[in-house]
This record gives sequence, C-alpha cells and structure tokens, in this order.
Amino acid sequence: MDVFGSFALILAFVCAAYAIVGGIAAILTRHPLLIKSARQAGIATCALIFLATGSLVYLFFSDNFSVAYVVAHSNRDLATFYKIAALWSGQEGSLLFWSCLLAVYVFSVLITYRNKNGELMPYVGVVMASVQIFFLTLNNFVASPFKVLGTPAANGTFDLVARADGNGLTPLLQYPEMVIHPPNLYSGYTGFTIPFAFALAALLARYPGEKWIHLTRKWTMIAWCFQTSGILLGAHWAYAVLGWGGYWGWDPVENASLLPWLTGTAFLHSVIMQEKRGMMKVWNVWLVFITFMLCILGTMLTRSGVVSSVHAFAQSSIGTWFVGFLTVIFLVCFSAYLYNRDYLKSENQLDSVVSRESSFLFNNLILLVSCVAVLSGTLFPVFSEWISGSRISVGAPFFNKVNIPIGLLLLFLTGVGPLLAWRKTSLDSLKRNFGWPAITGVFAGAIAFAFGFREFYALVCLILCVFVATTIGREFYRGARVIRSRSGASLVASAVDLTMRNTRRYGGYIVHVGMVLIFIGLAGTAFNRDAQKEMQLGSTLQIGPYKLLLQSYDQKPEKNYTAERMIVEVLQDNKPLMMLYPERRFFQTSEQSGTMVAIYSTLREDLYVVYAGQSPETQLPVVHAYLNPLVKFIWLGGAVVVLGTLVALLPNRRAVLVLSGAQQPAVVQPLTHALTPSVTLREGHD
Amino acid sequence: MQKQAKFGLGIGVIVLSMAFLAWLGYGESKTYYHTIAELQTLKGADLTHRMRLGGTVQAGTIRRLSGRVDFVLQGEGKTLPISYVGSDPLPDTFVDNSQALVEGRPAPDGRFVAEHVQAKCASKYEAAPGGNGGATSSSTQPSTM
Repeated sequence: MDVFGSFALILAFVCAAYAIVGGIAAILTRHPLLIKSARQAGIATCALIFLATGSLVYLFFSDNFSVAYVVAHSNRDLATFYKIAALWSGQEGSLLFWSCLLAVYVFSVLITYRNKNGELMPYVGVVMASVQIFFLTLNNFVASPFKVLGTPAANGTFDLVARADGNGLTPLLQYPEMVIHPPNLYSGYTGFTIPFAFALAALLARYPGEKWIHLTRKWTMIAWCFQTSGILLGAHWAYAVLGWGGYWGWDPVENASLLPWLTGTAFLHSVIMQEKRGMMKVWNVWLVFITFMLCILGTMLTRSGVVSSVHAFAQSSIGTWFVGFLTVIFLVCFSAYLYNRDYLKSENQLDSVVSRESSFLFNNLILLVSCVAVLSGTLFPVFSEWISGSRISVGAPFFNKVNIPIGLLLLFLTGVGPLLAWRKTSLDSLKRNFGWPAITGVFAGAIAFAFGFREFYALVCLILCVFVATTIGREFYRGARVIRSRSGASLVASAVDLTMRNTRRYGGYIVHVGMVLIFIGLAGTAFNRDAQKEMQLGSTLQIGPYKLLLQSYDQKPEKNYTAERMIVEVLQDNKPLMMLYPERRFFQTSEQSGTMVAIYSTLREDLYVVYAGQSPETQLPVVHAYLNPLVKFIWLGGAVVVLGTLVALLPNRRAVLVLSGAQQPAVVQPLTHALTPSVTLREGHD
Repeated sequence: MQKQAKFGLGIGVIVLSMAFLAWLGYGESKTYYHTIAELQTLKGADLTHRMRLGGTVQAGTIRRLSGRVDFVLQGEGKTLPISYVGSDPLPDTFVDNSQALVEGRPAPDGRFVAEHVQAKCASKYEAAPGGNGGATSSSTQPSTM
C-alpha cells in the first residue's frame, strides 16, 4: 500500500503539471478539447491525492510498521479514533492532508463550474493546479509520508525492516478535539485558495463586472467558517488539555491561524462595497491575495522553525520551499496587478464619514492594523535579527495592548455599521437607530459600575456588547413585527421567516451575535483567579464559592496509558455539588505524560481543576484550581458564529422585501406599499 | 473640512494610536534570545535584560525543591544552572534530555532565574532539527486570555 500511495502521488504530480500546461495552452488557443482535458487532469489530480491519502490511512489502520511515518505516529494499542488523527500529527502526513483538503475544494470547484463561466474557469484551473503542484512537490520529493524503514544489504540492495510496534501518538494529541480541530483549521487555510484562484483568474482574464465576487462568496464564507471554528477548537483544546487555565497565549502558531482570519473577515465586509457601490476593487483583490499568502505563511510557520512555538513541528529546511513559493505568489500577483490595474478602477467615491461605506473602510483598516500588529509581533525575532543582529521577541503585553482596543473598536462598528445608510446617514436616522441601544448600553454599564465592576476594558466591552445586542435585537424585532402583522404568526416564527427570506443579511446578524458572545467571554478574563495547594485526604481548597475536598487518590491502568487520578468533591455552600477527576496520564510506549483537566463549566464561570503532580518533599498530590468567569460564552459564541455563517450560505427562501430603517430615500426608492410610516422597505441583499 | 481630510485624520488617529500602544507593549515585553555561550560573554546592562535561552535539559539534574525546580541546561558544550520559580506547573514534556526554552533573568550568583519554561520533547524516533521529524511541546506560559 505504501508503493500504491507513492505511485498515486507521483501520478497526481504529473496530472497537476498537465493541468497547468494544458490549461495555459487552452487559455491561449481557446480549443474546447484542451479546456476539457486540462479540467479532467485537474479532477484526476484530486482523485489521485484522495487515493494516496486513503492509502496512508489504511497503513495506519493496518498497523504497517514498515512505514517510517506510521512507526513515528502510531502504535497497536492506539485507539482507532486517534489513528485518524495520526494522519496529520507529523510533518509529512499533515502536508499530505493539506493536499487532500485542497483537492476536496478543487474537485468541488471543477465539478460545480464544469459547464459554467467558460472564459474564467481555465484560468481558475491553472491557478488551483499551480498551488496543488507546490504541495505535491513537497509530498513527493521533500517530505514523503510513504518512506519505508530499511537497512542497506551487503549486495548493495536495501532490506525492508518492519518494527513490531510503533512509537505511539504524542499524548497531547490524544484528545477528541485533536481529531476535529486540525481538519477544521486546515480546511480554512486550504479553502482560501479558491477565492485566491478566482481573484487572480479574474484579474488575468479581465473578467467583466463583479461576477467573480459572487462566484467566490460562498467559498470564502466556507473557508472563513472553517478557519473560525478551527481557531476556536484549537483554543478549546489548549484550554482543556494543556492545563494552564487559558486558551490563547499569542503563540506564533496561534497567531498564524489568526492572520488570514483577520484579512478574510476584512474581505467578507469590504466585498459588499464592491457589490453595492463598485468601490474598493484594488483593495479587495489584494485582500484575497494577502489572505492566501498569510495561509501559506501560517503553514510555513508551523513547519519551518522560523519562530519557536509551543505547537510547531520540528525545525526543518522546508521553510525555504515555502519562502520560495511565497515569493513566486507575490511576484505573480504583483505582475498581474500592474498589467491589469486599469480593470480595477473604482466606480464611486466615499461621500461621507458617517455612512455604510466609511464603516466598512474603518472596519477594514482596524482589521488590517490588527493583522500588521500580530504579524510584526510574531516575526519580530526574525526582523530584529536582520536589523540589529539581536534576536528579540515580544510577548502577550505587546499583543494585548494593541488588540484589546482594536477588538473594542470592531465591536462598536459591529453594532453601528449595518444600520448606517449608504452614501450618507442623517442625524435623524442616527437617533432613530442608535438612541435606544446607546441608552441601554450605558445603563447596563452604570449598573455594572454600581455593583463594583471597575476593570476599564471589561466595562467598555460590557457596554458595547449590550449596545450591539440591542441594535441587532431591534433589527430582528422590527422585521419580525412587520411579517407578523401580515401573517399572524408568532414573533419567533416571524423572525425565522424573516431570516430565511434574506439569509445573507440576517445570517450576518447572527454571526455578529456570536461575536458579541465571544467578546463577553473574553471580557471575563479580567476576573480570572487561581489557587494551588498540596492536598491530604480530606483536606480542602477554597476558590470563589467552591470548596474542593480531596476524597481519594488512585491509579487506573488503561490500554494505552496509566492514569494517576485525584477524586475531588466540589462543595458549594457546604453542599455537595459534583465530583471531579483531574488526572495525569503516563503513556508507556512514548514514555511521555499528559494532563487531563477536570472542568465544571457553567454559563457564569468555569471551575478548572488540574492535578499538578506530587510535591517533591511531601509526596502529596498538588491541586491547581482556576476560576475563569464567562469562558463558556466563547464556545457558545463560536457555535453561533458557525450557525450564522451556515444560515448566510443558504439561498433566500424567495424574493423578499426587508426592512431598513436606516436607508435614505435618495439611494433606494421607497415602495408604495410600505406597511408602517416609520420604516422603508426595500429589496433584498445586504 | 474636505471629506478626504476627514478620512485621513480618522485613519491617522487610529494608526498612530495603535503604533503608540504597540511601542508601549514592546517596551513591556521585549525579550532577548541568547545562547548559553552568548550569555556567558554578556556584560553590564545587557545582563539586566529579560531573555530567553534554549538548550537541552542535562539528564539527572532536575531537582524539585520547595518553591522552585533546579536543573542544568546545556548547549554548544556549555552548561548553565537554572532555577525555575514560576507558579505554573512544569509542562509534561519537561523531562531529562528534552529541549527546553527558559525565559527570565540572570541572577548575580551565576544561576539563571526562569519564570517560564517551554519544553519540547523530541520523540526519540523523530529526526533531529534539520530532518523531517516532528515533536510536541508545551509550556508554563501563563494564560493571557
């Protein structure tokens, strides 16, 4: 099966090469057979990558310990569930997995548009195949996952060697989220290849109008959705497994995943400017280019050892390949832009500082500033070494100082932006749309202040969260009320109907609600507490309203590890609440240990209990407990963001009329059958 | 005021404010990377910087004492005694012969007082740096969020 996998990868490389060469020939000659053959070569490339990935998975499931990658990342006792995760747990497998997920996207695009957009698709096919061939080069010639173990024989041949068992999967990865977090994140990284391919293809082909924007919207949202859930699942994994009480440490690899998310988010907003007003065309094209380059940079940072990271794979020379690839991408994008920049001429100008356009502009500016700050902080050791010869890194204070105010500004714009009118917003409109939300936000802040809430950023965050939630709530309420008056359905049913009539707009609002929930969770960090104590049987540790009582302490042998476990009873007001079982696992095969945190999670706070090992002097178990308020809002918010994105991906139920209290008559003609005098109805998409 | 000037002013205020905050954050958190050999040649004010050192944990040197963990870090043929005084438990990957990254400041007695330890346990079957292998690591880095 290893030979089969290697052979499939080589064939995939050949097919991708043909997809590029044949695609270029098809573009030049417009010959239908060439166009078809290049597309089919692209489809064959994907099919062969699927076969190669399938064969590596089979090697894991069949415990084939003659393959070096299987030996390094699996063992016979490893649970089946984790044999899947072993696929991406090392350099070679994760690069093949990258190729595989990219192939899923490429395959979908080639099939979806096989009979559509004939002028554009050959260009798209060439760009996608070019990205594929880079990764196939790595898969075949730089980091092959199908290398076999062997020893040179006396007659000059090579004897295959098979081990009796493998080394096992590293303990930190033996956690359910590691089976879903990397595929999500990689699906985000790879997914941004599609908007990149369409943007570059449209620029090269001088494809008319904003059609490429419409074509790529759903692909961008799918990639963004995966990137968002991947980041949050990674944060949850760090929270639940590493036993440090936190979920985000501004580690270079974490930052690498955030960078394309920031620019991708900026693109999802600024693209509306191009659709509605024909503006920001250059900006949008470069946002897509930069997002894709940041995806490649992120993939490189994890693998090259350029910057030290908690999550990185071992250092290797693979970084040179990525630097070369990034250079080629930049040169191609820059040349295409220089050659065709007249194609990107803006059709309109900004009219007013208080307008929908300016809110998008500032939203983009803020996201870009955040991206530059995170990128420069992440690569600071590299830059400082180039400039001064000293390798200097910056830590959490640097990232927090810049990104907390940026986050709050973004939150403010989340509430304000969608309700501002295009071109110019009148004072009356501002009062009508933001009067009550602003009063509600300030009122909530005043109550919190009166109850002793004194953390500045947390207080501002609370005010803004209430403000944004109120603006969104009012939007749903106003729209649902109109539908209810027509249909007689309940308010909730009307709100659902409203959402399904304009999924893009109301799906977007749901995403914003998710972001509000995430901000509430982040604000809770300001009130984290922790306590540590050596515990005798029957002794207690008080943290916040909880008392932890050590009831027992035991060892539990499992198939793949032995667990040292504390049995802790949690009491609240001296009444038993629940039992927690924090443990440390010792994996015999890899001779490594891992922490399993026990968490009692409520909406109000998380009680996070870590078994921190035994005291060196007394040999007593040490418990480290954290009380982290509002953390659950982050995971809830993530789920709401994903839900909102899925809603926004759905087609509208039917042509609709939607409410827009902010819309100015100068821009959109009011319809004659407006239902209430205070609102204007207009068609559609937002 | 011209509308372009208003936009320019808004953009300028945001960018300059963020640059100022970034500069403040840089001053608070900058940490110098050094090798163990370089540390032993530093003098004067250079020794007061917050710094990060990498090396391998010398086998048999980990001593867990009250309030601190002592061990010896070795690299480029030099050794350095380390006292870890951080409050977070040492990472699971911190064992004999693991690759470790310590962050802190040198003490006058020649020891290095570390507040954070990051350990990368190069799996014994993985390739060394320069090869194709992988490794996992974890750290005592405190939660920042």
